Parts: sequence; structure tokens; C-alpha cells
Amino acid sequence: MMEDETFTDISGKTISLDCQSHSSFCREFTVSSPKVSIGKVMVYTCSVWLLAYAAFFITQNTAVLSSAILITLVGMMFHIHFVKVDHESLLVIGSLGIQVSSSYASGREITTFIEMSKIKDIVINEAIYMHQIIYYLCVLLKDPSEPNAVSSVVPLFQVSQRLWVEEEVEVCRLRPGVIPSVLNFPAHLGRVRARKTTTKQP
Amino acid sequence: MIIKVPFFDSAGIISVIIARLYVCIFEDFSGNDISLELLEAEAADVMVLKIFFPQCCNRADSGLLVGRWISGHDSAVVLAVIHYPFIPGQVKQYVQQMQAQSGVELSVLGSWSLPKEGQEGMESFLRDLSTIFPQQRWLQIRRQMGKTGFTCEVLNRDQNGIAAQRTVKKEKKEEEEDGDGDAEEKEEEEEEEEEKVIFVHYEQRKVMLSQLHPIESGDAKTDPPSELRQVFQTVALSQPLFFLDKYDDGPLKSTHWQSEGREASIIVELLKQASVPLCLLLSWLLSVWTWICSVRIFNFYPLRFLSTKLSTCVQLSYRTEHMKTLSSPKPAASHTQFMRKANMLVSVLVDVALGVLLMLWLYRDDHITMLANTLVPAADHVAKELDQLLQWLMGAPAGLKMNRALDQVLGRFFLYHIHLWISYIHLMSPFIEGILWYGGLSACLGLSFALSLLSDMVALFTFHIYCFYVYGARLYCLKIYGLSSLWRLFRGKKWNVLRQRVDSCSYDLDQLFIGTLLFTILLFLLPTTALYYLVFTLLRLVVVLFQGVLHLSVDFINSFPLFAVGLRICRSYRLAEGVKFRVLCDEPGVALHLLMEINPLKVSTVVQTYQTPTYSCYPRDSWLALVKKLFVGELIYPWRHKTTKAD
Repeated sequence: MMEDETFTDISGKTISLDCQSHSSFCREFTVSSPKVSIGKVMVYTCSVWLLAYAAFFITQNTAVLSSAILITLVGMMFHIHFVKVDHESLLVIGSLGIQVSSSYASGREITTFIEMSKIKDIVINEAIYMHQIIYYLCVLLKDPSEPNAVSSVVPLFQVSQRLWVEEEVEVCRLRPGVIPSVLNFPAHLGRVRARKTTTKQP
Repeated sequence: MIIKVPFFDSAGIISVIIARLYVCIFEDFSGNDISLELLEAEAADVMVLKIFFPQCCNRADSGLLVGRWISGHDSAVVLAVIHYPFIPGQVKQYVQQMQAQSGVELSVLGSWSLPKEGQEGMESFLRDLSTIFPQQRWLQIRRQMGKTGFTCEVLNRDQNGIAAQRTVKKEKKEEEEDGDGDAEEKEEEEEEEEEKVIFVHYEQRKVMLSQLHPIESGDAKTDPPSELRQVFQTVALSQPLFFLDKYDDGPLKSTHWQSEGREASIIVELLKQASVPLCLLLSWLLSVWTWICSVRIFNFYPLRFLSTKLSTCVQLSYRTEHMKTLSSPKPAASHTQFMRKANMLVSVLVDVALGVLLMLWLYRDDHITMLANTLVPAADHVAKELDQLLQWLMGAPAGLKMNRALDQVLGRFFLYHIHLWISYIHLMSPFIEGILWYGGLSACLGLSFALSLLSDMVALFTFHIYCFYVYGARLYCLKIYGLSSLWRLFRGKKWNVLRQRVDSCSYDLDQLFIGTLLFTILLFLLPTTALYYLVFTLLRLVVVLFQGVLHLSVDFINSFPLFAVGLRICRSYRLAEGVKFRVLCDEPGVALHLLMEINPLKVSTVVQTYQTPTYSCYPRDSWLALVKKLFVGELIYPWRHKTTKAD
């Protein structure tokens, strides 16, 4: 099942989703961000170099020009290696676990694998950011010492959603009978219910 | 908008994820209600069997699979393939022998067939083998040359063996129907258990040598280890199984990672052989050294006190502890101990190498004489600058008007001190070169020793600044306490020592009179004392800063885990944070094949985990507490050594 439609994220940029089904119990979801636009690169480079030329005109020091070139190069390399995310993918393997990976524009990949035994649930969490409420998908991990508690919340597709959530969540205990997710909720409840947290967004 | 989601047991997660992705990422909050309707599905209990298959056995000849079933997780780890021809009794004996030697619950998992030309009759032979080896489940894995996918049949068996026959009959029926024998997903009309198979390919040698972090100690565990941890442990503990392979002359021929070509470095083997006599020599040397140190004459009070203050002696005792750990002839029991020993050894070697380099630089081109010739004039220069500073303080520093009498007293006191110190330096000047020459020899023990010696020498040469600071601080502290106490008297209050609080108190007239007089005197003498205190505290802080830099570098040399970082860079699979999976082939008729690769630990985590504990803890106080101490006049010791070594 391959789908390629265009959607927009919270800031209005277009992103695309690709679902690939390797088997009946193994699927991969990829969210791709837009690529670096050549127009923006040219605008930034030209503005930096114009400023450098202006400084050179005033000070008559060639070190300004070479430092401007160096800054542009280093900044671009830093941006594509550490900042610009090309695509993020989620590989779900039934009864093994979930693998989350982000791939940067320079080809660097950061991968994390969460075993099935550590996953408590996958929920949609609400977050209040300034004037809007944003929803994000996250994985709840089990606390090794207490079977009923949640040790940490791992948001999925962090960078595509431009979302940085504080990872230290206090261990929250659930009262018996409380249903934390939709996976096994009673049939008469038809709507998704989620918890509210506050997060920070860059 | 209603999204209908079919609700199966484990595939249900996937469907719900798809639905939720649509809901949350792709904004549809323009007021539309989105609800999920879970459809009841046909009761189909999906069980997935995971088989961890080593990459080295992908092209092995047909034979029996030896490995371990991981209890509780429905998975199996294949460790080796034993080839034809073999005698089943010998195989059973071999497996039991390996189980006893390694402590891993080994068993024959099933059969593996990669038919070459002229071996068509293998299929029925393989099926008959399942009756010889008594197993709950028997795996029959087949592969055709030229095709990438494997096919696997699982024979379940209960005590009577009836179920096995039933599934065998079913397979035969399906084989007749399909005609090509692929029976990986058993789509049965009756509602029976479906068994789906995932093949996880792993590189055996890397998994054997790797260590999963965070390292869990084996004793007192509340939860059983997770599936991946058990896989790693199984492969790591099965070393006895990997001794013999198909190229050896034994009763059984097996294929595992050693069949790809043995890898051993002769240098490592030679070092291992040479390490035992070296350890014995080292422990003998250490015993002699400890005997010298414990001679009674060193236990007298001043020497013992000095040895705790001088950083060279502390560093010496620290390194002696390390050498004692290194010189034990027993090999390291666990991964943590091995890493600690290796880090200590590498750090000692690097330290000594850097120290020897420093020595080479010092003793060539008469650098020592040059240093000695600049030292005495430098000390003279410092003394002259201090002189000038004191003269300035005794006058009208920065336009402030000081109390003449107190100024003169303090100024002359400090000037006499400086004069004493300068004469002492001039007395020592012929010996300085000799001291430097012999002190430089200590660099052969390591760069950290040279640095601690330098720090000690700086401390000794600036002893007068330390004395001035102590005098100034004590005077200032006394003054501040006196002032605060007399201020309370001024207001009619008193400090209650019993209750640790301020109480009101009625004083007599003469008490009040004398108290007020003293208070005034102290208050007007405060600027002078405060200025002297300020100047000498600043000087002391400069010296402390320089000493602190030296201590920090010594600490860095002591604690940085060079071996662990080197291992992370060169052999990154040894330190694993987790694993990553890659889908190898996903053709519709064939089982799912995944490749499991090792995800190495981040360098910052490596440094944090494997840091050697050192003897210093700094900074002792937080910045706020330090400023408060400075204000009140308490003496500060910012670089304090730990009295007990925490392991």
C-alpha cells in the first residue's frame, strides 16, 4: 500500500507521508520534510557576502572576507548535518518492536529501537502551545520497577512536527480502572480522548 | 469523518497507528469530528515466531540446526549448523557436552537444507529426523540456491505426537495443492493457530563480542532480561561451541563464524603470554614499595600531614592503587572490570609516554638551566611588585584615606614578611637548578606527576601570599564578627547560643557605653582591613586559579577513559546501545527477512559510563556559597581532595 499525498504541518510547510507494507505484521511509515530550497540558500549567502563586502569597504581588511566565506561554509555544513532533517521513519515489526529513525540531509541517520516488552502504549497526546493545541503521536514506555506506571514519553516524528518535548516526565501512576489509550477502550466511547501536557516548541 | 479500523490483536497496533497518523499530523481541525470505529474481526490469533539466524550460515551445507529457544518470547537463536554425515547419538552427546561447558540451554532446533546437485532425497530424510530428537517444536528451514528467501515449516508436537502428524498431513495436502512446497503462512480453513515467521539475520562474531548498555548486573534482578539481551547473552556465552568447525578433524563438522576464516592477532596472543610474568614482576615491585612506605619513620605527625596536602604524594598513592589492580594475575571477571583495567593500563601508558616526551624536551638544549636562571629573577620581581603594592596601600590608595596607625602597622608587618621570604629565596638559589633537575626526573613516572610537582612547587613558592591571605582573612573575619555582635548590642539585642536565635536583652549602662565605643572603633577601622583583605584575597585567588588548572589537567589524565573511546571509534560494535533493523526482502510469498545491526553507543555516554573515579571532588562550594564565604571572611579551600576513595 503506497500513498503519497501532500499534507501540511503545524507551521504550514508541506510534508508527505509514505506507507510501505513489508508483510502483514511489518510496516514502515516515512514522513518526508521539504528539501532545502535553493532560493533560500542563495538569499542567505548573498546577504552574508554583501555584509562582508560592506565591512571590507569600511575596514579594508581582507580577513573579513575570508572569515565570511568560512562562516558561510561552516554554517551550511552544520545545517545539513545537524539541523536539516530529510525524512523520519517508523518501522513497526509485530512482536519485536518499533524502530524510530531520523535521517538528515547529509545522510546521517539516528536510529532507536524500542522493544515490544518496554512499550506500554501508543497514544495521541495533546499539548498546549501558546494559542493553539497541537496533537502528537507518542510512545509510552513501561517503568521497570512498577508495572502500572509510565516511565517516559517518547514523541514520534519529532522533527517533522517541529516538536521538542521534555523527556523527563515524572513517573505517573494510573488509578486502577483508568484506561490510558484507545487500544482497548469500551465500545460505547467513540471519540479519541487524550491527556494534556505542556511542551515547548522552538 | 469516520475512520474504520480493523482490530486484530497485534496487527491492530499498525492499523491504529495509521489512523492516528492521519488524525494528528495531517491537520483536520477545522471542526470535523474524527472518530475511530473499531471493527470486530474474525478471531484469528496471530503468533509470530522469530528466528535469529547467523549470516555465516546462509550458505552452509545441509544439516542440523543447533541453538537455543528463548523462553517466554517465542523465539529461537540459531548458533551453528552441524553437517551430514553424523550419528544422531554423537550429536546428542556433543550438544549435552557443550551445554555443560557453556551453561547455555543448547538443543537441536531443527534442520537446514540447502540442496546441491545430487542431493534430492534430503527432504524426507530431514523430516524423519524430527522423530529422533525429542523437541516441542521442530523447525525445517529450506533455501534454494539463487533465491534470497528462506522457507520455514514449524512442526508442533505434543506428548503423543498426534498433532505433529496432523500438521504434517496438512502440509502434504497443501504441497499437493500448491505444487511448490512453500508453506510459510498456513492459511487454514479451520480456526487454528497461524504461525508467521520472521528471520532476523545477525552477524555472529560482532554480536558475540558486543556488550549491551546499560550494563545490568547478573545478580538480584527483578525482571527477566529482555529478548535482545538474552540473544546477546546466548551468543556471548556459547564460546565452547565455536571451537571446532568443519575444517577440523572431529566426529562432527559444524559451521559458525569461525568457518569464515579464523581471525587472531599474533601480537595479542604474545602479549597475553607475556603478561603473566610481567604481572608477577609488577606485584613484587609494588610490595617492595609498600614496605618502604610503611616504614615507621613516615608515620610521624608532620610528614603524614604533609603527605595528605602535597598533591604529588596523593597522586603517587592513587597510581599505586591502580597498579595493584593491574598487577593481579587473574583475568577480569566481568565486562566492567575488564574495561576498567584496560582504561587504567592505557592511561598509565599514555601518561608515561607524555612524561618521557616532556623529559626529552627539558633535558635537551639546557632548558633546565634556563628555567633555573629565570626563576630567581622572577621571584625577585614578584617580591618587588608586592613591595610596591604595600607602599601604595600604606599611602592613599585610589584616593581613599586610611587610618594611618593601623595602616603603618599592617604595612610594616607584611613588608618584613616579604623581606624574610626574599632572603630565603636567595639562600636557596644555588640549589634550585639541582632541585629542578631531579624534579624533572619525576616526569618519567608520568606527565601527571610532573604537573602535580609543578603545582606543589607553585604552592611552596607562593607560600607568603597564602600567609598574607590567612592573616588578612582572619583579621577581617574577627572584625566582621565583632561588628555584628556589637551592632546587635547597639540595637539592644543578643545572640542566644542555646536557642540559636536573636533575643532582646537589657544591658547595663557601662556595657552599652563600652560596646558602643568598641563598635565605633571597629567600624572606622573597617575600610583599612577590608582593603588589605581584598588585595590579598585577589592574589590568592589568582594562585588558586593557576593551581586549579593544573589539578584539572591531572584529573583529566587520570579519569579519561582512552581505551573505551578508542574502542568506540575503532571497533564500534563492542559497545552497543541497541540494535537497528533493516528489511532485507519482503516478497509476498516468502517469510520476512530482517537484518539486525548493532547501534553503537554515543561517545559522550561512553565517557560518562567508563570514567575512572578519581580522588578530587570540585568545586567544593557552589558559586553563591563561595561569594558568601568571601564576604564574611571565612577561609576558602576550593580544591579539596576526597578523604575516602569512592569506588
